[in-house]
Amino acid sequence: MGTNNDYIIYVENIVKKYDNGRTVALDHCDLKINQGQVVAIIGSSGSGKSTMLRSLNLLEMPTSGKIFFKGTELTSKKIDVDSHRQKMGMVFQHFNLFPHMTVLENITMAPVILKIQTKQEAEKSAMKLLERVGLTEKANVYPNMLSGGQKQRIAIVRALAMEPEVMLFDEPTSALDPEMVGEVLDVMKELAADGMTMIVVTHEMGFAREVADEIVFMSEGRIIEKGTPKQIFENPKNQRTKNFIDKVL
Amino acid sequence: MFWDWWQNLFVDMSSINFFNFSFLPRYGYAVIQGVEYTLILSVISVLLAVLPALMLAMMRISRHKTVRCLSGAYIAAFRSTPILVQLMIIYYGVFSVIRVPKFLIFGFIDSTRFIPGVVALALNSSAYVAEIFRAGILAVDSGQMEAARSLGLSQAQSMRLVILPQAVKNVLPALANEVITMVKESSVCMVLGMAEIMFTAQTIGGSTYISIGPYMLAAFIYFAITYPTSKVIERVERRMRRGDKQ
Ligand SMILES: Nc1ncnc2c1ncn2[C@@H]1O[C@H](COP(=O)(O)OP(=O)(O)O)[C@@H](O)[C@H]1O
Ligand SMILES: [Mg+2]
Repeated sequence: MGTNNDYIIYVENIVKKYDNGRTVALDHCDLKINQGQVVAIIGSSGSGKSTMLRSLNLLEMPTSGKIFFKGTELTSKKIDVDSHRQKMGMVFQHFNLFPHMTVLENITMAPVILKIQTKQEAEKSAMKLLERVGLTEKANVYPNMLSGGQKQRIAIVRALAMEPEVMLFDEPTSALDPEMVGEVLDVMKELAADGMTMIVVTHEMGFAREVADEIVFMSEGRIIEKGTPKQIFENPKNQRTKNFIDKVL
Repeated sequence: MFWDWWQNLFVDMSSINFFNFSFLPRYGYAVIQGVEYTLILSVISVLLAVLPALMLAMMRISRHKTVRCLSGAYIAAFRSTPILVQLMIIYYGVFSVIRVPKFLIFGFIDSTRFIPGVVALALNSSAYVAEIFRAGILAVDSGQMEAARSLGLSQAQSMRLVILPQAVKNVLPALANEVITMVKESSVCMVLGMAEIMFTAQTIGGSTYISIGPYMLAAFIYFAITYPTSKVIERVERRMRRGDKQ
């Protein structure tokens, strides 16, 4: 065996059912992700992309199947999921910043509470991260004072403050006004260039094509086709993939 | 015969009697103490209810069915029986076993009556406040819990640092309304001889033979406390909601 050790994330045959089995959100999916890889998950709405992503850090517990993170089975009953979640940052469509905390508190809260850094250390690294996304002057404001694009960049920084080994993005630009999409994608591109392992659910086909190493196309809870952007966008094998690509391009 | 009765009927119901406050010069001080008693009783009852209510609310949204049911049973029991019955059972049941030492609270409140009364009201109130808290917690966007958990915080840490601070803000108006409800409900404590507004009115009626006036005054006092307060709370609530949207 040992195969699951070769990958940073290894998903084996997962199934997720809702409503006592009436809804099958994930239908026997496998996924293997290498260290430093950028994977884009595409597919129409309701195809199970979010469920797949949220299963990776066990925000959703799969009904069956196994998920390994660096060789450790997360789906095992014995595991302390909280400590593994620290290593998997997540960015949400609707930002989910904490409205009762300033930007700086949003970023430093988790590392301080989880005793990964002292308050001073956390603030220092938070300011460095804010500088990277060009938002140092927003450190002491509350999230309601920020634009959508700024909120999402802060949300990315908040996740990065935990020094994760994987970043999960669930449609990070879908709730943004069009003119703000670029600033968030730029941050993500930089992150990819720095070698971060990223799994991105997205409708931004341009981004997927340019940045992703692998594209995963999902439909009705199944992974229909995987491949390089070139394969998927220019030469899809499956008819459903073809239809989807024709529709979105 | 009939005419005597007919005429007396109108004499008794004349507005003179409704608004006969001639007892005030003599009993004004007692009335003021009655008001103080009621306010102290209701505020302390709701404050005491906060912690048990928080616990009940957490139990209510627990993953474990037994825990959920325990809390649900408590809430159902206290919300589905009259507060008067609860007061009697707690006073004659629980506090016949537990003896409360006799002393004066704030210089005029008899502890042997006040403490059982406050405990009964607090137990009752915690059932209602628990539902307020539960609604407040559920009103916090589920994405907040997910964001906290995705950072590696435990369920309890997420609750304490992310969900509850937001929930508390949501429930403050409802909590203030609960105090208003308690101001009115605490009138049941008159049956234990607790010298709050209603008991004072009854005592004055008994010793002056002015039967309606004291109760009319009690009604005015309750109204004067609760109505303006609830209007203020409504305004604060509206302003808070507008603040959220920004
Ligand atoms: N919490 C839930 N309860 C019930 N059904 C759900 C839940 N979450 C997702 N689903 C269902 O699972 C399917 C996949 O949803 P999702 O993963 O959100 O799709 P996508 O992100 O691709 O739009 C949909 O049919 C959706 O209705
Ligand atoms: Mg989705």
